[in-house]
Amino acid sequence: MLSRVASSVYWMTRYIERAENIARFITVNLNLTLDFPAEATRQWQPIVMATGDHLLFEKKYGNDYSAKNVIHFLALDPAYGNSILSSLRAARENARSVREIISSEMWEQVNRYYLELKDASTTDYASRNPHKFFKIITMRGHMFTGLLYSTMSHGEAFQFALTGLLLERADKTSRILDVKYFMLLPRAGEVNTPYDSIQWAAVLKSASALEMYRKRFHRIIPKQVCDFLIFDSEFPRSIRYCLKKGELALHKISGTPVGTVSNPAERSLGRLCADLDYSDIDETIDMGMHEYLDDLQTKVNTVGGHIHNAFFKVITSPANGGTSQ
Amino acid sequence: MKFSNYDTEGFYDELFDENNLPRPGAELLIDKIESLPANDLMHKQRSAETALLQLGNTFAVYGSEEGTEKILPFDVIPRIIDNKDWREIELGLQQRIYAMNKFIDDIYHDRKILKDKVVPEDLIMTCAAYRKQCEGLNPPKSIWCHVTGTDLIRDKDGRFYVLEDNMRCPSGVSYVLENRQVLKRTFPQVFADSGVRPVDEYPNNLLATLENLAPESIAEPKIGVLTPGMYNSAYFEHSFLAQQMGVELVEGQDLVVSDGFVYMRTTKGLQRIDVIYRRLDDDFMDPKAFRADSMLGVPGIMDVYRSGRVAMANAPGTGIADDKAVYAYVPKIIKYYMDEDAILPNVPTFICREDKARAHVLENLDKLVVKAANESGGYGMMIGPHASKEEREKFAQLIQENPRNYIAQPTISLSRVPTIVDDHFEGRHVDLRPYILYGEEIYVMPGGLTRVALKKGSLVVNSSQGGGTKDTWVTDRDSEGDDNPSPSPLPPVDSQSQSQTSIPGDTTGGPYA
Repeated sequence: MLSRVASSVYWMTRYIERAENIARFITVNLNLTLDFPAEATRQWQPIVMATGDHLLFEKKYGNDYSAKNVIHFLALDPAYGNSILSSLRAARENARSVREIISSEMWEQVNRYYLELKDASTTDYASRNPHKFFKIITMRGHMFTGLLYSTMSHGEAFQFALTGLLLERADKTSRILDVKYFMLLPRAGEVNTPYDSIQWAAVLKSASALEMYRKRFHRIIPKQVCDFLIFDSEFPRSIRYCLKKGELALHKISGTPVGTVSNPAERSLGRLCADLDYSDIDETIDMGMHEYLDDLQTKVNTVGGHIHNAFFKVITSPANGGTSQ
Repeated sequence: MKFSNYDTEGFYDELFDENNLPRPGAELLIDKIESLPANDLMHKQRSAETALLQLGNTFAVYGSEEGTEKILPFDVIPRIIDNKDWREIELGLQQRIYAMNKFIDDIYHDRKILKDKVVPEDLIMTCAAYRKQCEGLNPPKSIWCHVTGTDLIRDKDGRFYVLEDNMRCPSGVSYVLENRQVLKRTFPQVFADSGVRPVDEYPNNLLATLENLAPESIAEPKIGVLTPGMYNSAYFEHSFLAQQMGVELVEGQDLVVSDGFVYMRTTKGLQRIDVIYRRLDDDFMDPKAFRADSMLGVPGIMDVYRSGRVAMANAPGTGIADDKAVYAYVPKIIKYYMDEDAILPNVPTFICREDKARAHVLENLDKLVVKAANESGGYGMMIGPHASKEEREKFAQLIQENPRNYIAQPTISLSRVPTIVDDHFEGRHVDLRPYILYGEEIYVMPGGLTRVALKKGSLVVNSSQGGGTKDTWVTDRDSEGDDNPSPSPLPPVDSQSQSQTSIPGDTTGGPYA
């Protein structure tokens, strides 16, 4: 397939997944405010911290980390390149450039999703009904992914779409875990209190993982939550699961078996998967959770760079400007 | 909404006769609309607009902020053409396209028609769209104009005339296909009972037309639609056609010429392409052959084309047939190559390069429509009766400075179709652009794009000048012998009952509304 098209399909799903995961980020906090209404206000800053874009936020809103400001910034700010609205705009532009490759249902879904969100950005619907709003966004993302699986032939273009989606999801699950890290920072004394376990439950809920986690570990224990979200071999949002499926998709593109290497992207992703296969949660905690996740994010970025060089490099088109995280 | 106050105001109306009675083919539709509950038609109109927006058939509005994307305005009241009128259009267009193709081939080869002085030689040699690079070119099967969108109008007398030949990259066919999808859902029952001829086979026929160009030796030719890119205003159509045909949509940057062939850059290296449906003007196709500053084309592609190792539709150089001064000679061209009279008449045309005609034009600027010979899209034209004194003076000067570049025609009062204006119907002027494919035979899509001038009294239907579109129904019933029409027997109600309900899921708001 055309390199330009492969690149657009890959970025289309990455941006869709990114939009969905920003909503998941925000719902960590929304879930918390249900349990601890009084805690609501002081918890919005860590969410922005976890994105790494707090300086951009402060430039615009000062130190006013109110729910309203944070939600607007992360969800609806057209000037902030990583907002849900901006991600969707990029997803839609990519989808538009490959409309003849994807199914018309997929295009109509992403187009409608974007247009509705753009309408919503001119009202205060999001801050008045945040639970409903982010639920809709998450479901919209699921609908797109469902259409991707069930209306598009599972050929080469699909594998590129899948690779983009899975790499993005792995990265974002690591960042949802990181949100918890930033929350803990100001108050280390609360570790292992009931408050702590409720925070962890909120993290699990945001990754749609609470029920699946309970089936495996029953009680909420921080170490096991991390284990589940990083290493679980069956949960479709765990980092290891995403990367291993991504590896499979890459090998389907090259037509070579997993375990062999035909390009640098396969090599770096294969190595990352092996790391996850042969390490465990104790090793991770020894290294420091935040440091471990940071390192992992860098490695996922490297895989992305290798994919770019192996398949897309011949072309640089304005629609794919979002190679940064 | 009722038609009781609707007035054809002395114009030829496509749905009502001169006594304000529905034309035979339109009766079912008019009855249906009259029987709708109050506001239901407005609801249908809004649902249709929402459906088109969701389909994404939008064009970007240049020079404004991101997000100002619009659908081409669409009016749900269709234009209906009966079978007898359509047969004449179909035969007329087949004849015209056949002759024009002969003409283009002759011009780039022996120039018999010039030597026989049927068309003045200097008229062709001064034509802005003449391409010296195409002299002696032999496109596959000697077909130059594979895809044409000819503009027709209907005058007061009810006759169709050819207004313009578009033989370069005519656009708009995607609107025909999508408008039809939407309207089928808007008036399902009437649609079924009116015997509307389908337009959906167009993409298949286009694909067959393109496959017809590939060398016989290639069993499965690789075909692509070449687009200037996603920021082109017709990008939707390019990708839509590629998708409907299941072929690659390529940009200039995706193609490269190497060892005498054209290749696509793919994730698995270079892959050969055999037929290109190009939606890029001649000038931009190849910076080595045409405009050197073009970033959109493929350097060296013309050499490959000339050697027959890649085919292109349409062939470069067909623009000579679009020149409005050449247009005036088309009846003579048809006579010359086919020894037949033109079935579809031209609008009478004054060619300003001829002294007598020019004098007449300059004296009658307030009555005539003046057009630049090489413009399209409603640009470079003046409608005398609607123009100010300054505009007329400006055009008088332009004509005198460059008479070759101007023609003039009498102001035709285009036919009208009822159109929703606020809460009632008013007549609005329309034209018709059928699409014609020249493959193994010449296929005329039954229907075409009806463009409507939405401004009251306006005769300019171009989308860039405030025009919109309507669906075009070619019915298989004849107007003749149908003076006392008894409606065709309806199929049993039960088999049709589901389609009578309104469009499922046609919400106009959204979950965030």
